[in-house]
Amino acid sequence: MHTFTPWTALAGGLLIGLAASVLLWLNGRIAGISGILGRLLLLPRGDVLWRLLFLAGLVAGAALCYLLGAEPPRARPGFPAWLLVAAGLLVGFGTSLSNGCTSGHGVCGLARLSVRSLAAVAVFMVAAFITTWVVRHVFGVL
Amino acid sequence: MLRDLAALACGLTFGFGLALAGMTSPTKVLAFLDIAGPWDASLLFVLGGATGLCLLTFRLILRQGRPLLDESFHFSPSQVIDPPLVLGALLFGIGWGIAGYCPGPALALLAAPNGELWLFLPGMLAGILLQKIPVRK
Repeated sequence: MHTFTPWTALAGGLLIGLAASVLLWLNGRIAGISGILGRLLLLPRGDVLWRLLFLAGLVAGAALCYLLGAEPPRARPGFPAWLLVAAGLLVGFGTSLSNGCTSGHGVCGLARLSVRSLAAVAVFMVAAFITTWVVRHVFGVL
Repeated sequence: MLRDLAALACGLTFGFGLALAGMTSPTKVLAFLDIAGPWDASLLFVLGGATGLCLLTFRLILRQGRPLLDESFHFSPSQVIDPPLVLGALLFGIGWGIAGYCPGPALALLAAPNGELWLFLPGMLAGILLQKIPVRK
């Protein structure tokens, strides 16, 4: 059961917003994780180091939070392995195709009033709500 | 150099925020996406906090005309809503709704991985490569 945690959620959200703001202010870059990772995978010339450092920092930051007592998630017993792989493929392909994810379109895109991001967010939110409903309540997956 | 340090600092803050907010817990994310089950509204506060703050800061930042440590901002000014955008968002939403992971949290969980990550993450990387490689031919 998941409890409503508005304060840590808000605090975490503000930190995410802070990170995105500073990245834009100093480096002029959008803190869209799928984009940062995607362009790293294709080894663009000269643009590798900051992406590597951002993502390494991402992992380290989460590690620090867990070190300070946040509880890391546990694997869900019985969740089909093939479904996890399929979900990964969809998330990877989809974010690459639409050029953004929850941080790229959802946070940064909406914040700069991008019409493209508004459309993307509307589509992926509705798709996600419907999918979760189908997976959980029609197919009975955890 | 400074830009790289800035990127590191921003990454640290972002990752810490993700974990603190609970975005790295797929079941917590799904508790928000599951409108037919016991609903956890926490994610609204995460996105609200993040987007809300950025709505204020981005306006001020973009007004500067250029970032502090670079010559120009790096994003597309495109306003066109095209099929790849919509299809991509649809596929992403489906994937997210299945397992409760999106790219940021999935990567952040390298800090505390469990068995699920070694299935989801390779899938995600493969998905990215599958989309990008044919296009570059």
